[in-house]
This record gives sequence, structure tokens and C-alpha cells, in this order.
Amino acid sequence: MSTRSTLAKVKNDIYQPYLARIVKVLPQIQDHLLFQLKFEDPRMASNFTHRPGQFVELSVIGSGEAPVSISSSPTRPGIVELCVRKTGRVTNALFRLPLNALVGVRGPYGNGFPIDKLEDNNLLIIAGGLGMAPLRSLLWYALDNRTKFKDIILMLGAKTPGEILFKYELLKLIDRPDMKCLLTVDKDEEGIWKAHFGVVTKLFDYVELDPATTYAALCGPPIMYKFVLKELLKRNFSKDRILMSLERKMKCGVGKCGHCSIGYKYTCIDGPIFTYWDAINLPEMVE
Amino acid sequence: MLFYQNLRRDLVKTMQILKLDKKNLNEFIFSLNDFGEVHAPVKKGDKQFVFSKLTDFSKIKLEYTRTILPPKKYFHPPTDTLFKFSQEEGYQSLTEELRKKYVIFGLHPCDIYAIKILDLIFAGEFVDDRYFIRRKNVAIIGLDCIPDDKCFCRSMRADFVEDGFDLFLSDIGNSYLVRVGTGRGDDMVRKTQDLFKEVNKKDITEYKRRSDEKKNLFKVDIELSDLPEIMDLEYESKVWEEIGKECLSCGSCSMVCPTCYCYDVFDEINLDANHGVRKRQWDSCLFKDYALVAGGHNFRAERSLRVKNRFFHKQRGFVAQYGRPSCVGCGRCIEACPAKIDIIEVINRIRGAKL
Ligand SMILES: Cc1cc2nc3c(=O)[nH]c(=O)nc-3n(C[C@H](O)[C@H](O)[C@H](O)COP(=O)(O)OP(=O)(O)OC[C@H]3O[C@@H](n4cnc5c(N)ncnc54)[C@H](O)[C@@H]3O)c2cc1C
Ligand code: SF4
Ligand code: SF4
Ligand code: FES
Repeated sequence: MSTRSTLAKVKNDIYQPYLARIVKVLPQIQDHLLFQLKFEDPRMASNFTHRPGQFVELSVIGSGEAPVSISSSPTRPGIVELCVRKTGRVTNALFRLPLNALVGVRGPYGNGFPIDKLEDNNLLIIAGGLGMAPLRSLLWYALDNRTKFKDIILMLGAKTPGEILFKYELLKLIDRPDMKCLLTVDKDEEGIWKAHFGVVTKLFDYVELDPATTYAALCGPPIMYKFVLKELLKRNFSKDRILMSLERKMKCGVGKCGHCSIGYKYTCIDGPIFTYWDAINLPEMVE
Repeated sequence: MLFYQNLRRDLVKTMQILKLDKKNLNEFIFSLNDFGEVHAPVKKGDKQFVFSKLTDFSKIKLEYTRTILPPKKYFHPPTDTLFKFSQEEGYQSLTEELRKKYVIFGLHPCDIYAIKILDLIFAGEFVDDRYFIRRKNVAIIGLDCIPDDKCFCRSMRADFVEDGFDLFLSDIGNSYLVRVGTGRGDDMVRKTQDLFKEVNKKDITEYKRRSDEKKNLFKVDIELSDLPEIMDLEYESKVWEEIGKECLSCGSCSMVCPTCYCYDVFDEINLDANHGVRKRQWDSCLFKDYALVAGGHNFRAERSLRVKNRFFHKQRGFVAQYGRPSCVGCGRCIEACPAKIDIIEVINRIRGAKL
């Protein structure tokens, strides 16, 4: 029925998901899996790159799309890693897929961390909960470009050791001499936890921070932001040197559908990374 | 030398403004069929109008006020199928419908202005080709209008357009002044060249007289220049709560707004569970679940926040991003709201004007 001209492709369809294969699934904590994806198209597989803090729109064929942060570092190309929490329609469908199944991926989207600005500074990464997903990309980017950064500090808080994402990978970092990896939990019923106890802000006691040469990158639940921000301001951090990732509902990821708006900004293109200064100046953020 | 002078004179002669006798309008519109399927405002029910396919010239309503749905439906349809998908073949974009050609006759300046606003959104860093392919295939013929009590396009600086149309017709009594805006508009005119005449001094005087007269017909006048600041100052105003109580979250205001573009995306799957389509559909920021995320958190759970967001985005946020409001003052949301929420009144209340 269709003639040739009507079948002509929309060139560069911005909504086009590219097929990627689930080549490996690594169990994390309960209801969280790390998916390793490889694009089917070899050109996409070798050309795809991103900035830490960016995300992709992940499609599960027949279920829909959801935004997911890229957990892998662009310094390790070829495989895209996504750490996903099972929660609704798309993520549940994803968890049901067998190994080697195909999914759709488009992106990367969002601004990501301002890497150029971060370089030559100390990097303080503060994570809670699923916040480690985007921050892991930044962490490995910095470690793989170690000479470009001054001190690298990771602070991570969780309720129990069983709730720490990337736990074994992070535990290994504790012994690394060229960074400081501080992990803390509220409690450990098994009694084998060797690192810190208490809330994440207690970890500030173990570091010396020069606010003039340090950038803080935060991602975690709202309650974590509240206390960590207080701590950073107390230490005279400029609001421009505090970077945080904000989450809103997303449908398109490319600044068209409207869903991710905060005040005048669209989280998907103006964010998801905002400086604290920008964040408090978004009208809808006065909370 | 003479050759160039003649050429110049020819160029000036084929200049941008011509005249079309009203008695020739039907013949002209008929000729537009060569450029696409002609759509025009026709009556629906007693008092309402819609843009729809023109099948009978007598149905065309040149003196219409506003159509129920704005012309955005031609570029950003209420539902749009983006892809078909299957386990085997992945996602394939569907483009069959995009290439159909239309000529929409009779758009008012505010509606043309609104399309220019939509262009800003669908362009940007990520260009929405579906929108722009349709945009290219739809010719626009503007028509001037007489404001009613719900029109405030003049306040929103959208009562006059310089571009965004192929042709624009202004009533000067027994004929129309026809401004030619694009090469396609020029093709349209040349196709029926005999119907068009040169504009004379009297026509210009009449045009100016009517244009002047129109200014005085607006019953609404909103001061725009300090509105952003006033909205910031009144961010916590009780007015938002009051309007929140009245609003029914029905979303009609968004559907009928010529500059609202928000959409939802969803997949529809066939019974075989293997094939399906991905669609997008107009959405409204007034709907309860608009900002609801997985796990149950709603970033705008209260109606007052959603209402406030709509007005702020139109009258404040868009100014910050693009230097003008995204409202063009067409009055459609006033006409459509079942709770009688009136954007003019809301702005006046925020401004503290005595009503
Ligand atoms: C920038 C960004 C990065 C994210 N990174 C991750 C990550 O690395 N790992 C992870 O597990 N989750 C991440 N999320 C959250 C993730 O997008 C939601 O959990 C997911 O959309 C839920 O989809 P669902 O279909 O399973 O749930 P449903 O409740 O069925 O959601 C339906 C649809 O609503 C939208 N939606 C619902 N919740 C959210 C939400 N929280 N954020 C954005 N859109 C939403 C999506 O379009 C989704 O498909 C991120 C969100 C954002 C905005
Ligand atoms: S907000 Fe109302 S008056 Fe303004 S453009 Fe939209 S529908 Fe028209
Ligand atoms: S049309 Fe009126 S009642 Fe319906 S959502 Fe808009 S403001 Fe609320
Ligand atoms: S997700 Fe659609 S505009 Fe941001």
C-alpha cells in the first residue's frame, strides 16, 4: 500500500531505540540487578560514549521505556552497564527477560557532570541508595584518569551491608592508596562489618576538605541531601561546587514531553545534574 | 542596464502584497487543492467551530471566532504512532502519515504565532523530525479577525504576525490584501495569477484604517512587561490555592491550548505478545498522575501546585527561557474550562487589579 516515498525513514529519529543485547546480569542487592548491554549494531557498540551522570532511555519490548543512569564509565567502552531497581511496569518486565534477550536503548541524555570543571580539583563523591548508580560512572572515570584529579574521596551510607550497591567492588577500593573509600552502615546484624558505623555525615570526621579546591557530587535519597548539604555548607563549600542529581518523571528524555519540568527547567536536558545554587533557584524546589 | 532596470521593476511588481477580490475567493481556495488537502474553519453544533476538510465552500466560516482544537493537531496529532516493534525486528519508525500534504486556510494570527512557539520546542538540541516533516507538508494561509471578549492576543503580543504563513489575507472591504510569506505562497498566487490585482493607495489607507480600528476592539488589556516579576513575588499567593479548589483536573485547558505540547508515551501490544506499537498522546500537567513516579511519590500531588505550574510555565517560565510568554491569548482555555477558570481573571487577581 505504501509507496516508496511515504516509507522514507525519518532521518535521525530522536525517539529511535537501538537494539542492545543483555550479555550479562550481575545480581546486586535485593531487587537490584546490574545489566551489561552490548549494542547489536557494531558501529553503535564502538561509537557509543557518554559523560558520567548521563542516562539512557531503556525500552523493554512491549512494556515501555524508562530513564536509567549509566553506571559504567566511558573509560571502559563497548559495554553499557545499567543498575536497575525493580519497581514498576518496565523494570519488572526487564527483570523477567532471559540472558541474551534484546532491549532498546537510546541516549545518552542529560548534561552529566561537568567533567572539565572537576578536573584538577579534589573530588568528593557522596552516595546513598541507588545514588551510587550514576556516581559509579564518575568514580571510575576519575580513577581511570587518576592524574587529572587531586584527592578522590567516596562516602557512602547504607542501612546495612546487605543494602550497599556494588559492595564487593567498593570494599576493594578501601585498600587503594590513591583514594579514600569511606563506607558506613547503620547496623550490621551479622557482625562482620569492618568499615564505619553511623550516618553518612559522620564520615566527614575522617577527611580534611579544602572547599576552595573541592567539588562535591551527591546522589541519594532526599533525606541524605538534607543532612549532607548542611554539612557541606558548614564547611564553607560554595553552592556552585556542590553538584547534585535530581530525579523527575520522564517520558521522552529530550526536552519535549514536559514531564520532567522543575520550575522553568527540564531535568532531562538542563539536568539531571544541577549545582546546589541552580537547584535552589528553581522555583519548584522551594520546599 | 535597461535589462536590469526592467528586471528590478519586475521584481518589485511581484512584490509581497497583492489584492484578491472577495468574489474570487472560492475559485482561489479551489485552486489550493493542488497544494494539498484543503482544511478550513467550519461550524460544529450551534456555536462552535473546527478546522476540518473542506468539502463544500458554503460551509466555510470566514468570520469564525476560534476553533475548538487549535491547528497543532496537524503537526502534533492527539495520538501519534511512533514505531512498530517486534521481538525479531526491534523498533521501526512509522512515517506513512507524515507526508500527507495539507493546506489549512483561515488561521488567525494568534494560532500562527502559537505554531512558531511550538517550533521552538520541537527544535532545539534534539530536533523532532516527525513534527518538522509534517510542518513542511502543511501550508498555512492566515486570515485576520475581529476580537471577541475572550481574545487577548494583543496583550500577549500575538495579534500580528510577520511570518509563519505562506499567505496571509486581510479583509479590506470588497477584497483581501494578500501577503505572500513563502515561495510556496508565491506558487499559489501564480497558479491563479489572473485573480490577483495590484494594491493601490486607497487599499493601503483602508488597511491602515481597519488595523487601527481593530486595536480599539480589544476588551482585555493585560500589562505584560512586569508580569514575570509580579508572578515571582506572588509565588506563595493564596490565589493558587483558591483556583486549585475550583479546578477539576480535567485537562481541557491543555488540550485546547495552541501552545501546549506535553505528551505521554506508551506501548500497545498485540495479542500475540510479540508485536506492537509505541504511541504518544497529548497529556496535561493538570492530570493527577502527571508528575507521579514509580514508588508512589508525586511531585505535584496537590491541584493548586498543578494549576500554579500551568500558569507559571506559560506566563513566567517561558519568558525566562524564550523571552516571551507561551500564551498567545487565544481565549480557548477560557471557553473550555468547566470550572470557569479564566486566565485573564487569574492574571488580574495576581496583579491585584480591582475587578
Ligand atoms: C535521570 C534519572 C536516572 C535514573 N537512574 C536510575 C537507575 O540508574 N536505576 C534505576 O533503577 N532507576 C533509575 N531511575 C528511576 C527509574 O527511571 C524509574 O524507577 C523507572 O522509570 C520506573 O519505571 P517502571 O516502568 O518500572 O515504573 P512505573 O511506575 O510503571 O512507571 C511508568 C513510567 O513512568 C516514568 N517514571 C516512573 N518513575 C519514574 C522515575 N522515578 N523517574 C523517571 N521516570 C519515571 C517512566 O517513564 C516509566 O516508564 C532514574 C530516573 C531518572 C529521572
Ligand atoms: S493559555 Fe489559554 S489563552 Fe493562552 S494560548 Fe493557551 S488556550 Fe490560548
Ligand atoms: S480546564 Fe479548567 S477545570 Fe479543567 S484542568 Fe484546566 S483549569 Fe482545571
Ligand atoms: S523527559 Fe520529556 S521533557 Fe524531559
